[in-house]
Amino acid sequence: MLTKRIIPCLDMTEGKVVKGIQFVNFRDAGDPVELAKKYDDQGADELVFLDITATIDNRNILLDVVKRTAKEVTIPFTVGGGILTKKDMQLVLRAGADKVGVNTGAFKRPALISECAQSFGTQCVVLSLDVKRIGNQWNVIIDGGRTDTGISAIEWAQRAVKLGVGEILLTSIDTDGMKKGFDIELTKAVTQVVNIPVIASGGAGKLEDFKDIFIEGKADAALAASLFHFGELTINDVKKYLRNNNISVRL
Amino acid sequence: MIAIIDYGINNLESVKNALDKLGTTFIVTSDVATIQSADALILPGLGSASEGMKNLKKLNLDKVIISEVKNDKPILGICLGMQLLMSDSEEGDVDCLNLIKGTVTKFNSTNKIPQIGWNSISFNDDTNVQRLTEGISNNSYFYFVHSYYCQPNDTNIVKGITPYGQDYCSLFVKENIVGVQFHPEKSGKVGFQLLKNIINYFN
Repeated sequence: MLTKRIIPCLDMTEGKVVKGIQFVNFRDAGDPVELAKKYDDQGADELVFLDITATIDNRNILLDVVKRTAKEVTIPFTVGGGILTKKDMQLVLRAGADKVGVNTGAFKRPALISECAQSFGTQCVVLSLDVKRIGNQWNVIIDGGRTDTGISAIEWAQRAVKLGVGEILLTSIDTDGMKKGFDIELTKAVTQVVNIPVIASGGAGKLEDFKDIFIEGKADAALAASLFHFGELTINDVKKYLRNNNISVRL
Repeated sequence: MIAIIDYGINNLESVKNALDKLGTTFIVTSDVATIQSADALILPGLGSASEGMKNLKKLNLDKVIISEVKNDKPILGICLGMQLLMSDSEEGDVDCLNLIKGTVTKFNSTNKIPQIGWNSISFNDDTNVQRLTEGISNNSYFYFVHSYYCQPNDTNIVKGITPYGQDYCSLFVKENIVGVQFHPEKSGKVGFQLLKNIINYFN
């Protein structure tokens, strides 16, 4: 049976892992390759690297981290941040990433999704979707949490699936870093309308949060960062808890 | 020496890194003569079947792979590489290498497509498979990323079964031909063990 996945996320800037709260107030969480290796040993199902500054200078540092990670880890990993062209995606894949996250670049030019899906396959194009509740609707937020597009996240998710994304990494800015649980309502709204895997992100604070996002939110995978980086829970703790609650995981 | 066949857009890095870790000698190549002189072949894969076949043909690699494998050279097809060993694929409605008779079909849409993640394999326990699964417990989890799956006509070659909506073939072995729908190079310790066993099986 296909298992639910637990995915640690490594937000990076200038080659270092950092973690913020609601996309600001970042603090240092260490060396990405070492952390990646540690999570692989702990039983992580996948890894996600997000280059949160994604400048030209950072691009080469990121590619170097990707290359070194690919040599060290034995599980798949996704890389996102600043992917604007098919060439950007190819560089990241050639460096050893298994999947690539597209966000602002795809929102501004949706053809990026179809171009990449055609060349590399839908399975390696991940829509990284940052969402904030504005009034009665969930809006797509781009530019690393800075710009409200005014467009419905649900509609954009459905359109991106048609264009060729194979998976959605869904981050709720409202719950990110707050450790009060994932955004179940948002996740449920997205998993109900798309037929591709959805990774829920933002807000994990305790064991029960993982159970809730799988059972109530119908997520296929759950992503967390600070919880794991600062050693509050290990991946093994989470998986054992889930198995005891009859949720299928790889242990 | 093992030749990893480079036909353009596939993800070779992870296969290279895995063989490096196992201490296996290999070369990444799209050169016909190098493929002819190699002891065994690996056909990795990422992307669509039609794109994959187009690239193999453009590089004149389809014919050399077929003739080498028909002359008993061992080959391992991984993911799309496994699917390309079949007669044809629904993905882009394309003729493939026809080394294994049968077709490649899309998953039923009652499931999420693509299947992404860790799923179990129930191994057949015949002697050939025992060599491949040495040190790996039955129903271990491996990493899968795919929308299509192989349906070999000869069900006797199906040596591993995975449940996703229906049970499907995730491992086939026919003498010198091994196909894996999952990514052993991305499946943690069990994946590396399986890769090691396959290389031993080829020797």
